Amino acid sequence: MTGQPGPYFGPYGGRFVPEALIAALDELAEAYQTASQDPSFQRELFGLLTSYAGRPTPLTEVPRFAAVARLLAETPGPVDVRAVLARTSAPGPRVFLKREDLAHTGSHKINNVLGQALLTKRLGKPRVIAETGAGQHGVATATAAALMGLECVIYMGEEDTRRQALNVARMRLLGAEVVSVETGSKTLKDAINEALRDWVTNAERTNYVFGTAAGPHPFPSMVRDFQSVIGREARAQILQLTGRLPDAVAACVGGGSNSIGLFSGFWDDSAVALRGYEAGGRGVASGQHAATLVAGSPGTLHGAKSYLLQDSDGQTIESHSVSAGLDYPGVGPQHAYLKDTGRAVYAAISDTEAMDAFRWLTLTEGIMPAIESAHALAGTIKLVGQLGPEAVIVTCLSGRGDKDVETAARWFEL
Amino acid sequence: MNSAAKAIRQAEADGRAALICYLPVGYPSVEASVDLIHGLIRGGADIIELGLPYSDPVMDGPVIAQAATAALAVGTRVDDVFNVVAEVAPSGVPIEVMTYYNPVFRRGVDRFAEELAAAGGAGLITPDLIPEEAGEWIDAADRLGLDKVFLVAPSSSDKRLALTAAACRGFTYAASTMGVTGARQSLSGSARPLVDRTRWAGAELVCVGVGVSTPRQAHEVAAFADGVIVGSALVRLAGSGGDLEGFVQQLRQAVKK
Repeated sequence: MTGQPGPYFGPYGGRFVPEALIAALDELAEAYQTASQDPSFQRELFGLLTSYAGRPTPLTEVPRFAAVARLLAETPGPVDVRAVLARTSAPGPRVFLKREDLAHTGSHKINNVLGQALLTKRLGKPRVIAETGAGQHGVATATAAALMGLECVIYMGEEDTRRQALNVARMRLLGAEVVSVETGSKTLKDAINEALRDWVTNAERTNYVFGTAAGPHPFPSMVRDFQSVIGREARAQILQLTGRLPDAVAACVGGGSNSIGLFSGFWDDSAVALRGYEAGGRGVASGQHAATLVAGSPGTLHGAKSYLLQDSDGQTIESHSVSAGLDYPGVGPQHAYLKDTGRAVYAAISDTEAMDAFRWLTLTEGIMPAIESAHALAGTIKLVGQLGPEAVIVTCLSGRGDKDVETAARWFEL
Repeated sequence: MNSAAKAIRQAEADGRAALICYLPVGYPSVEASVDLIHGLIRGGADIIELGLPYSDPVMDGPVIAQAATAALAVGTRVDDVFNVVAEVAPSGVPIEVMTYYNPVFRRGVDRFAEELAAAGGAGLITPDLIPEEAGEWIDAADRLGLDKVFLVAPSSSDKRLALTAAACRGFTYAASTMGVTGARQSLSGSARPLVDRTRWAGAELVCVGVGVSTPRQAHEVAAFADGVIVGSALVRLAGSGGDLEGFVQQLRQAVKK
């Protein structure tokens, strides 16, 4: 499974794109293939990841959060916050967070973007484009573009520009042009459509820095490889800290880049459970969610065959999530394959569960997670209830929550 | 079976390039689109390219993308597309359904192909499907004798042109320019070289679309291509209630060699 080059992962993946893009995809795949075997590229990327992005990111044990998780798992119904906080010395499974929130620009997105921006330089293209949902990938891309002197255009759904206004300002300050996309559902899906239209038109001088492990080949395997640093580091760190492998690793899944990066470090360790948490929105039964693997079906969207949310005619269904970064009706093809083979298990986390977990981590550990990452934390709370007291869990804290303060303040009526 | 190749050969015998006219089903309504398509045929369209509206049309510019959104908003379904094909096919004009791949995959490729054939459709134009990914559709089309129209682009390598031309039946669709559908001020300089390269790569019939919107541009294309495909300009007229039939008559005049 490790390092499968694509274009296919079982029946998923491929290149379902206009012919006009095939030359650019071939060019990119070839450049990536060459770079991935070139020690000078690897050295340059490693240098940026350490001296610029701040890697390795720490693995932080969160005992107070773990204890709360155990109490929550044991206590059905509403809980008294102060009573729970007073009892955080209760023994239970150990939970460790992989701190991608501490990477430069505040999320794991920088890992992938630095790799793709370096490739863009190698291709000799002066311009990058990217889509963004929460704005984290857009900010990371604008950052790399500023660092490397590339023109940068970011496509962002109009609805997302409103709920993530802080990140829009960050991107503009970094010199990027932010295009507000007003077609379709005005979210990430439509931003990708618009970016693909730009790329079809301008491929000769433009590289598309795709933000997640989805899309046409070579993006799923390339983004996975650039994000695999998460899993590699986490595996070495947990062995060093505990002397053993974890029982489970957990991550949120939108398109699936932080999760595939974490999973890739552990999928050859068959005793380690892989757990992905999708956005359940207002509940899977309500139809207003983004739980693609849990409730979707196979099809093609944005260049790959994978699971997606669609009606019986194959029209994409609009997703819903409190988290802009998970609000996407598709998912990377490798996750589809991991699901079908049973190697990874995926579950849906509702908006409410995610926001509760957001608050619990902030209150117990002084770490404010991105709402995306809070879905993985809510999943971790459930895992704590399922696994025995000796269990060790590694959860990817894919981003920090500064961008979500306004949403959270509204949610909790502060 | 009405095949596109036969219609193109007939146009050639009449001393002109074939005129291929695009409209999506369901814009502004399913009933209206039947009348509009009959208007295209009265105006002189040799082949109809019938759009299946799709939620994520990445190859389409704003005019056609907005028409698709509007068609879906009024409840247009895949069944409606087959019904419109069945209503229009008796005219004898070949109907090529233009569809992104997912609606075909979702219905089941074999079932989609069989329903299309049963309705009297000539084949499919597939803008986001390259031959390497199209095995199932190619098998179904070959079994049912349907046209398979794949696209080539100015960025296509000679090797890919040969591969794509060999996979096509009906004609090969040459996208005149790098970009999405929609009107351009002038015809792209890359159109003619692409048509020439596609012929050298083995294509018998090459039709040009994307960025052909005026009679003048249609006339330019007719000089070097077997067919001229006009889409966005017709969709805009359909949306504004303009004289579609009259405009198609002008295009028909313009495609004379």
